[in-house]
Amino acid sequence: MATDLMNLIETSQKHDKVPDFTAGDTVNVHVRVVEGEKERIQQYQGVVIAFKGSGARRTFTVRKVSNGVGVERIFPMYSPKLAMVEIVRLGNVRRSKLYYLRDLRGKASRIKERRR
Amino acid sequence: MSKGLLGIKVGMTSIFDKDGNHFPCTVIEVEPNVVTQIRTKERDGYSAVQLALGNKKEKRTAKSMRGHFEAAGTTPKRHVREFPLSESELSLGDEIRLEDVFTEGEIINVSGTSKGKGFQGVVKRHKFRGVNDATHGQHNRQRAPGSIGAGSDPSRVFKGMRMAGRMGTDRVTIKNLKVMRVMSDQNAILVIGAVPGPINGLVELRKKQ
Repeated sequence: MATDLMNLIETSQKHDKVPDFTAGDTVNVHVRVVEGEKERIQQYQGVVIAFKGSGARRTFTVRKVSNGVGVERIFPMYSPKLAMVEIVRLGNVRRSKLYYLRDLRGKASRIKERRR
Repeated sequence: MSKGLLGIKVGMTSIFDKDGNHFPCTVIEVEPNVVTQIRTKERDGYSAVQLALGNKKEKRTAKSMRGHFEAAGTTPKRHVREFPLSESELSLGDEIRLEDVFTEGEIINVSGTSKGKGFQGVVKRHKFRGVNDATHGQHNRQRAPGSIGAGSDPSRVFKGMRMAGRMGTDRVTIKNLKVMRVMSDQNAILVIGAVPGPINGLVELRKKQ
């Protein structure tokens, strides 16, 4: 009974705007940004380096290097603020958390492409 | 109507609102509470309502309580608590539902019995700071309480001195929790923030006075 209730609440939070992707994939995340009255879409492209949490609380971390500075953003997977997640490139990696990318720069931080 | 209800803590999750804000929420299951006694100004000097929740085996119920429940025309219940009553017509055996008492967006107080922590030292139990130094001559004193009073003058330790001991299983009230959602079909209420006690523990939801 109690577990059903939790599942029900969690599924009510989920939506199908996020496609299936894994760590190592490059994604373009479209985020809704509200500025005063207006709402616009902001794009953020980078490599998915981790997934955390389960159910409706699942999040993913996207890393990119912007002007030589590493930037990581954590997105709640089922946030209504996510307008769309585009998969740009599939990556072939051997672990689920790619934190080692933080220590790598340039050529060394490339990820092999995965064939569909 | 009663100014509070009894519920069972189900667990925590997080909820997005329409604007995409993310809130940590506690899910509390509030099955219809049964009125088992009504206290009136004339007879008891104050007005309140006694509510009961959760079924209990008849053979596990004391005879005196069996009679009490029988008088209200209901089966034996596990939890019984009293809540203040704002004037309204309630009679014994009535069921009070969640949506009769609470609405979405309301600010409420939630009481429960906190989780037991066992025998704990002063650092955890009373937020003592301990000795924040492992060096400068310290040896296994990092979480010690220090002095507990003067020497031969009082020649005793004052009552109420904060020391190590059993922690938890206290009655705790968390005030000003916002009701995020009232799910009347599921008899469940979601409040923003944490609520005292373990999962499956009894919690009392009270309207703000």
